[in-house]
Amino acid sequence: MKFEKPGIAVLIVVIMLWAAPVAAQVDLTGTWQRVGGNDNGASQEPVDLLGMPLSADGRAKALSYDIAALSATERQCQMYPPMYAIVGPFPLQFSMVPDPITQKLLAWKIAGWGDRDETVIWMDGRPHPSKIAPHSHGGFTTGAWEGDTLTAVTTHFKLGDIKRHRGFSSDRATMSYRFNRHGDLLTVTGILEDPVYLAEPFVLTQIFRLTTNPNNFPLTACEPIEELPRLHENPALVPHYLPGKHPALNEMTKRYNIPLEAVLGGPETMYPEYRKRLRDKYVPPAPVTPGGRGGAK
Amino acid sequence: MSRVLCLVVAALIVCGFSRLEAQRGNPQPPRPPRAAAPIDLTGYWVSIVTQDWRWRMVTPAKGDYQGIQMTPEGRKIADAWDPARDEATGEQCRSYGAPALMSVPGRIHITWQDDTTIKVDADAGMQTRLLRFGNVQTNKPADAPRTWQGISEAQWLAARPNVPLQLRPADRTADTPPLRPTGGSLRVVTTNLRAGYLRKNGVPYSENAVLTEHWDLYKRPNGEEWLTITTQVEDPRYLSNVRLTAPVFKKEPNGSKWDPTPCSARW
Repeated sequence: MKFEKPGIAVLIVVIMLWAAPVAAQVDLTGTWQRVGGNDNGASQEPVDLLGMPLSADGRAKALSYDIAALSATERQCQMYPPMYAIVGPFPLQFSMVPDPITQKLLAWKIAGWGDRDETVIWMDGRPHPSKIAPHSHGGFTTGAWEGDTLTAVTTHFKLGDIKRHRGFSSDRATMSYRFNRHGDLLTVTGILEDPVYLAEPFVLTQIFRLTTNPNNFPLTACEPIEELPRLHENPALVPHYLPGKHPALNEMTKRYNIPLEAVLGGPETMYPEYRKRLRDKYVPPAPVTPGGRGGAK
Repeated sequence: MSRVLCLVVAALIVCGFSRLEAQRGNPQPPRPPRAAAPIDLTGYWVSIVTQDWRWRMVTPAKGDYQGIQMTPEGRKIADAWDPARDEATGEQCRSYGAPALMSVPGRIHITWQDDTTIKVDADAGMQTRLLRFGNVQTNKPADAPRTWQGISEAQWLAARPNVPLQLRPADRTADTPPLRPTGGSLRVVTTNLRAGYLRKNGVPYSENAVLTEHWDLYKRPNGEEWLTITTQVEDPRYLSNVRLTAPVFKKEPNGSKWDPTPCSARW
């Protein structure tokens, strides 16, 4: 661009200097690889509700769940709820959505994975829909900056499991996020509240590192197939366990000596004083044999 | 015409720079860290154990190192874990050192010891961390003793407004956030540690480990306050990867549940 009248150019520069600063913003664009060492999705035991503040209904729902239900034709393509961004295995891929006219930031988008819907964090101040508005797997999310921290709230998402098939959130749940960037690290704090399946907020964190070598699992069209013949032969069948009949109920106790009352979760299990109730009941299990769990180079 | 334009431009330049200067403020002596704190961390906080429960709330089995990548040397140390030996040598606080302390279930009490030092008391293990502002790491004596809590240098990371170029700022006042952004973060770097355990069952860190933390506050509309501590432990001797965790605390109204408990090598 060439200005024929230098005065105009100077005037523009002055107006630029005059401009008021806006609130701090941090660029989140890019792919963030999961690097946190928390065990959010690592458990191998089907009944591991340790530290989950489940209500009685939440516990009953968790213990009735049979993962074979995911093989039913109508469930194969259902996606996980927003909490999966923290407990799932894949990176977070952030991009900006600019307003097409003003180029102002309209929204942040976190790309979806094969089994997690994308999250669009609207930054333009639009309200959340009515309570009776349709719910989607990804829900409806709005965000705002608090200093250098991006905050977001998601509502209107469907029922889904919140810790890799261990515990559920209902369609009345709300998910709040904090995205704190520290250099090339991004810490995400998620607070899930649910009047149906949780007795207290369920808080999880995950740390991600900015990467140029992502290993993503892009969101693609899902096509149901016949996974378990018995479900196709009898479409009315919904795999589940009746109360007290979950075959893996005692697995954690057998393997780790953790009392069943702790394995079944509840809000009291996430507070330090709960350790006093365990102290006289818990005996550390036998040493893991060499080459056992974890610790590999 | 051009002369008039130049005068206008000159006036605007003067006004513009005056305004910028006003935004920056006159040079002032730096305020002490306590007065300059962008967030208030003081109070009683309880750890919320929703993650790593099996390794934090109970003592895991010897050899259960899931989720931690160790070097062969680190693994050797971990495999030799012997709580009876630690008790005999008076080292039952090995799992309460700074790299592990914020993950130990318990309560912390945060106060200002003076204008430049944040004091963090933990009831679990009855430990005290001192987070000092200033060039603590640079100025520490060469023979500074190594301790469970080490030497911690603190720094406020205040949210700073960036100044994007806006050609028409007047049109955007309606949805423009406040000029002075709120919030910030506390960065803490800790060295001079005494070798200890990341987990109760002997997963080690060496005395040369470096702990870097970011303390972030979260005030919710319902009045709840949460604290997330992004924690990096770098120890090439015993850890083959940087250990990254983010324990969470919730603020409590008072210290009525404060429960000082001495270190234990077994529980």
